[in-house]
Order: sequence, then C-alpha cells, then structure tokens
Amino acid sequence: MELKSNVPSGPIEQAWDKHKFELKLVNPANKRKYNVIVVGSGLAGAAAAASLGELGYNVQCFCYQDSPRRAHSIAAQGGINAAKNYHNDGDSVYRLFYDTVKGGDFRAREANVYRLAQVSVNIIDQCVAQGVPFAREYGGLLDNRSFGGAQVSRTFYARGQTGQQLLLGAYQALERQIGLGAVKMYPRTEMLDLIVVDGMARGIVTRSLYDGKIDVHIGDAVILATGGYGNVFYLSTNAKGCNVTATWRAHKRGALFANPCYTQIHPTCIPVAGDYQSKLTLMSESLRNDGRIWVPQQAGDKRAPNTIPENERDYYLERRYPSFGNLVPRDIASRAAKHECDEGRGVGPSGLGVYLDFADAIKRLGKHKIAERYGNLFEMYERITGENPYEVPMRIYPATHYTMGGLWVDYNLMSTVPGLFVLGEANFSDHGANRLGASALMQGLADGYFIIPYTIGNYLATAKPATLSADIPEAREAVSNVTCITQKLLNANGKRTVDSFHRELGKIVWDKCGMARNAPGLKEALGQIPALREEYWKNVRVLGANEEFNQSLEKAGRVADFFELAELMCIDALNRNESCGGHFREEYQTPEGEAQRDDANYSYVAAWQFRGAGISPTLQKEPLTFNYVHPSQRSYK
Amino acid sequence: MKLTLHVWRQKNAQDKGRMVRYEVPNVNEHMSFLEMLDVLNESLIEKGEDPIAFDHDCREGICGMCGMMVNGKAHGGFKGTTICQLHMRHFKDGDELYLEPWRAKAFPVVKDLAVNRGAFDRIIASGGFITAPTGSAPDGNAIPVPKKNSDLSMDAAACIGCGACVAACPNAAAALFVGAKISHLGLLPQGQAERDRRAIAMVQQMRIEDFANCTNIGECTAACPKDIKLEVIARMNRDYLKASLAERPESMVDVGG
Repeated sequence: MELKSNVPSGPIEQAWDKHKFELKLVNPANKRKYNVIVVGSGLAGAAAAASLGELGYNVQCFCYQDSPRRAHSIAAQGGINAAKNYHNDGDSVYRLFYDTVKGGDFRAREANVYRLAQVSVNIIDQCVAQGVPFAREYGGLLDNRSFGGAQVSRTFYARGQTGQQLLLGAYQALERQIGLGAVKMYPRTEMLDLIVVDGMARGIVTRSLYDGKIDVHIGDAVILATGGYGNVFYLSTNAKGCNVTATWRAHKRGALFANPCYTQIHPTCIPVAGDYQSKLTLMSESLRNDGRIWVPQQAGDKRAPNTIPENERDYYLERRYPSFGNLVPRDIASRAAKHECDEGRGVGPSGLGVYLDFADAIKRLGKHKIAERYGNLFEMYERITGENPYEVPMRIYPATHYTMGGLWVDYNLMSTVPGLFVLGEANFSDHGANRLGASALMQGLADGYFIIPYTIGNYLATAKPATLSADIPEAREAVSNVTCITQKLLNANGKRTVDSFHRELGKIVWDKCGMARNAPGLKEALGQIPALREEYWKNVRVLGANEEFNQSLEKAGRVADFFELAELMCIDALNRNESCGGHFREEYQTPEGEAQRDDANYSYVAAWQFRGAGISPTLQKEPLTFNYVHPSQRSYK
Repeated sequence: MKLTLHVWRQKNAQDKGRMVRYEVPNVNEHMSFLEMLDVLNESLIEKGEDPIAFDHDCREGICGMCGMMVNGKAHGGFKGTTICQLHMRHFKDGDELYLEPWRAKAFPVVKDLAVNRGAFDRIIASGGFITAPTGSAPDGNAIPVPKKNSDLSMDAAACIGCGACVAACPNAAAALFVGAKISHLGLLPQGQAERDRRAIAMVQQMRIEDFANCTNIGECTAACPKDIKLEVIARMNRDYLKASLAERPESMVDVGG
C-alpha cells in the first residue's frame, strides 16, 4: 500500500488556498441528500457536526457521555494559540508554523502544520462571535499570554477554563443545529464497529448505553473525532471514559494507525496517593514560571521539606539547564524528574514526586501576588492533597497527558479507508513527536470548523448518496462481530474485575513504554501484554447483561482494545531506533543525556496496518521532507 | 476509617427503587469520594453483586457529569466542590452516609445514582446560543468588550450543567442553569441581536421540560459547585419580562405558567 499524503504542489504559503479552489463542491440543493456520521462531540467533533449541519448536510452525531457538552476537551486549562500578532511582538503564521514543527521535533508533516497556523486566526474570530468570554484588557480588546516553546504572546485564554469555554461555544452551535433538525444527536451511544462496503466507510454499529440496543447507522462518510488513547496507561489526566475503541476498531477494518509510540507526559501533575487512585490531576505548567523544582541531595531523606537546609537541596533543573532552568520543555522536565526518583531522591510517601517550591517567589513578590497568579491552582492542590502550598512545597510528578499518535490521515484528513475521516487528537497529523502547550485546542477546532467542511465535500462530490439498507451483509457481519465480543466478555465469568486488569496493563505500559523506553524492556512488555490479554479473556468478570445500563461491560470492551493497542505501541517504540520528542529510547541519547534523533533513518511516519489477530502488523512508511524548517538538534542548556 | 453507606438502588426508570446498606471498611482519607465508591464496587463485583451505577467522567470538577445527594446535600455540600473533587478527609470513622440521585421530575433515573439530564440540552437547543455560522465572523478585536462585562459573562459561563441547582431546589426549578446561560450570552455585545428571542425561548422550554417555577429560595446558588450567583436569575427575569413586553415573534406561543 502506498501512502499518498495528497499535499498540494507549490509554495507552502499558497497550498491550502489553491487546494480549496481545486476541491470539488457539492451543490447546496444536493447536500441534504448526504448523510454524514460524526463520532465524538469534543472540540473537533462538535465543530464538525455543527459546521456540516450549517452547510446543509444530514448529520448524525454520537457521544458516550450523557450530553455532548461533557467531552474531555472541556478540561483543557491553559489556552489556545493563534498567530494574530495583536501584540505587535513579531508573531506571524510562519512563526507559529516554525515553532510547531520544531516543537514536534521534526516528525510532523510540514504542509498540515502550515495550514493549522493559517486557520488559527479564523478560530479566534469564530469563537468570539459565538460568545466565548476570552480574557480582555481594560480597553476591551483580547488579552494574550505566553506559553512554553514560544517567544511571543499568542495564547488566548478564558481564565483557567479555556477548553470549557471553547467547547461550550462549539456545543451551543451544535445544539442550535440539533434544534433546527439538521443534526440528530445520540448521547450515551458508543460506536463499536465500522461498516466498510466495497472498501469505503459506509456506516457504524453502535450500542446504546441506556439499554444495550445494537443499531446500524448507514452514511456516506464517517468522521471519527474520538480523542486520544492516554488511558492505555490506566492512570492519566484523561477523563475516565476516554478510550481508543472507535479508532482501534476502525484500524481493524483497514485504517492505518500512525506513530502510536508518540505519547506526551506532562511534568506537573499531582502524584499518585494510593493504589485506589483512579486518575491524575494536572496542574498548569504555568506554575513553573515562579516555582522552583528540587529534591533532597541525599537519597532516602525523609525530613519535612521546610527543615531541609538550602545547601542540602538539589535544584536539578537549574543545575543541569542553567539557561532554561525550571522552564525546559515538557519532555525534558518529565524525564529529569523520573531520573531523580529512580535514583532514590524522590519525595512523598511513594518516593515518586519532586518538590515545586514557591517560598522564594512568595518572599520576592508577596503572597498576594502569587495568589493572584495561581490562586485557583493552589486551591485545587489543597482540595486534593490536604496540604497548603503557600506553606509547604507542592509535590508533583509526571503523568500521561496527550497522545500525538493516531489514525493516519492525508492532507484532506481522510484515513486509508476512503470515506473515513479522522479529526483532532484521534489523528496523527500535526504535532509530530511532541505537542506544544495550547496547540491541542487549536488543532481540534481547525479540523472541525475550517478543514473538514471543505475536504468532505470533495469526497462526497465524487461518491453517490447512499442507497444502502441497514440489512446489507457487511452491516450484519459487523453487528455479529460486536455481539460476539460482548457475549465473550459476559460469558468469561472469571474472577478478576475489569479495573484490576486495566491497572496491571497500565503499569506494564507505563514502566516499559512510558517516559523512557529501551529495547529489552519493550521486548519484555511484548511478552507480558499478550499473556495478560489471554488471561483477560478467560478470567475477567463482567456481571449483568447486555440489555441494560452496564458500566462494567462498557469498560470491558474498551480495555480489550487497550490491550491490542498497547502491543502496537511497544512494537512501534521498538521499531523506532532513535529518540524524538515524547519518544525517548535510552539507547539513543547524546553524551549530555538529551534525545538523539536519527534523521537519516527515521524521518518518516510509521503507519501500521492490521493483518489479523496474533499476526504482526505491516509497517508502511510516509517519508517526511522538510523544505522550510530544517531539522536541528534542540538544546536548552 | 470505616463508613456505612445507604445507597439508592434502582434497576431502571420503571423500577421503584430502594435504599440498600453497605459497609465500607478501610477508607483512606486521601481517596476521593468516587474512588471510595470504586473500591466498594470492586468488592461488590468480586462478591458477584451488581455494582452501583453512578455518572462521572473527568474527575476534576469540570465536565459536570458527576453528581449525587449525600445526606440530602448536592455534591456533599462542600463549598465550590463537585463530588469527584470531594476527598474522604472531610469524613470520620463511623459516619453514616445516605446517597441518592438528583431528585427531579425533569431528570428521570437511568439507574441507581445516574439520571437523564437531556432536558438541559433541549433548553440550550431552544435558544442558548449566538447564531454565528462557521466562517461568518468578523475579526476578534472588531468589537471591544468592556472587561467588566467580559468578566461577569465568564462568571456565568462557568456553569458546568451538572444539575445540582435543580436537585437542591425544593421546587426542582432550573432557573439558575437557564439564568446562567442567559447572563453569559446577554452580557456580551455579540449576544444582543438574539437577546429577547433567547430569553423567551429558553424560559418557554424550561416550562415544557417540567421544571417548576423559581420562588427565590436560593438553595441553588448555595449548592452550585461553580458559585454561580443568584443574580443570574434576576437577569433572566428582567430579560424575559422585557422581551415579553416587546413585540414577540409570531412563531412563539407562550405555554403559560
């Protein structure tokens, strides 16, 4: 299979405009004859469903939550980037493009990133028009702040709730289309299979979470906007329901999965407190502007932090990276914390934590100023840990936060299955091996509002409206596949709960394919994961029946898919004999311990093709070329 | 610590439902309330008993999916805290807790502690938006917004749609929820064109959905995990009254009440 990226020829600055003109259009009167299925209602899904409804398509939108407003985009705190240059500080589309390609450690497709930077400015306009209450200056104009990986102020924000406000904007636009009858919404409904007819995506099979009813939905195109797969680690900053099922089952129907080993670990999360822990909470990385990170010099030092004298502390980031100090990028800060804890200098009950200390900042600026800057975060920290960070240093530890890998898509955001489009975190396209802060919201909304409405028209203009019935053999086969998985889970009638398996799987993936990986560890994981998966299908206990509200059954199906994905992550990580961005192979580092890329051999997208259960997947490579931003070694010393 | 829970168990919307008693030994003070329920559910599954159904997702107080009554108080009754962010250090050994779902005619029980809040979505669909089709927006800085308005709008926009206000209200009214959206959009210049229409449509839909009238008791704002102020209800009433006096679109028929 040849991977055709379909990137338009010519100068990158003109590529998208030229492409938009060349894309075929669907006549307004014909749009209502096309049925488009959108799975997921986060920023990408809600924006796509609303925009396609406005254009006149018949849209059906699905989400597993009880309302489309709850998708996990809502939890993003910091902000959204846009190359508006409102501050006259030298920002431009080209600079945002440049920063994003470099931040992704030269593993993203240049043309996609350029287009993302281009449409970023339209996103802000669109959101303001919808009533998103962005922060403003006293003069009434939009305020900006700066964020990691950039030297300009280009981040727009709405207090610490930017994701929530952007999602509510998209959700309200979506609800308007629902009210007008252009979009039919299916909350508490989960996609469990993709229907492929003559090689084209023509529908999905869903299960109603209310009563277990299995339904077939036929459409002319299917859009997956189902988010990332961070919950493969069990503990992550994702919502509990986030899962890989929709994309994974599409992968098993022919969509290639790209770069699954690119996962982002965020350095500032609240450490794990006990084995009952169900999720991890992120503390905004803005805290690193004023907090100093340290551990005791002596391994195993159990003294209270305030009693450890200054000369017995190691401010290791300031020591190792004197020019960037506590503000090194996410991947570097995370690995450094892991290194300290691995050496026994970690703090807190588990020894998996480092201090983030505000004592100096409070002394310098006063408690009032710190409260003004971080008050809500300090409150949240105290609510969770019971400790007051104004008096005792915070304890932080890295946690899984975002996944850059996802289904492979071309420039039109179409996967290798014609008619199957993939948007937002669910695709692989724009962030390379590492995502910069405030770029996830930008990508989700760019894909949903400004890219898919153009590219889907081109596909539909060349396809005929569906006249398929829900009773075609391909649909029946997919339904029987879904029923079979459900029955197998219910009938296993074993001894262990779904969560106990998920925890064990998560620990393997975290230890062997987490912040740092090496070949022996990955090979070990590739032995452990299939063995645990085999036990899962024999020994899992899922009570109740399919025909009811059954939260254990929902989880059981998702964990089954995480098992298969986990294996592919390790295969991908083992194949990539280099370190880049979030993928750090211990064998490949510079003498100073930094990531060592191998551009000669690994400057490609690794897209994996499913070939059947228990058979090794086939690797397809999309070579990456950099005509504008030339690959260089990142240095933060 | 050891806790005794009395949990509302109801198989589905048709079932009558009843309280069931559970003992939870070994509760750790650092657990969140929902993690305590996870631990109980794990032990129920091991014993072959149906685990307790409850809604939750982000577990960081922003998605609005979780919510239940604890000893008659929405989200447990701690200021500015959703149940997923409530930690067990606020309870003590031997405590007896009564867990019930949101009780409101407009929120039918799905199972146990999970309810259907689709009524909130339908209220938003009736008018809780600014019509701005994709691509039609002017530059973001074209219309300055006074900082004060923008801040007040954001205060109201912080609503997470969890439904605690309805559950806490003796009338099961949705005035705080609807008022919050009317305030969020009505305080912005972009929201002016549809302000009258929005107020009428949303209030009308609120009545269709079986939410009762607000009688200014204020339980809603006390229970709100995002501290939405009572003022938003006053704003809703003002907008509704003003819009009712002005000429009304012909397509809108007031259902009374």
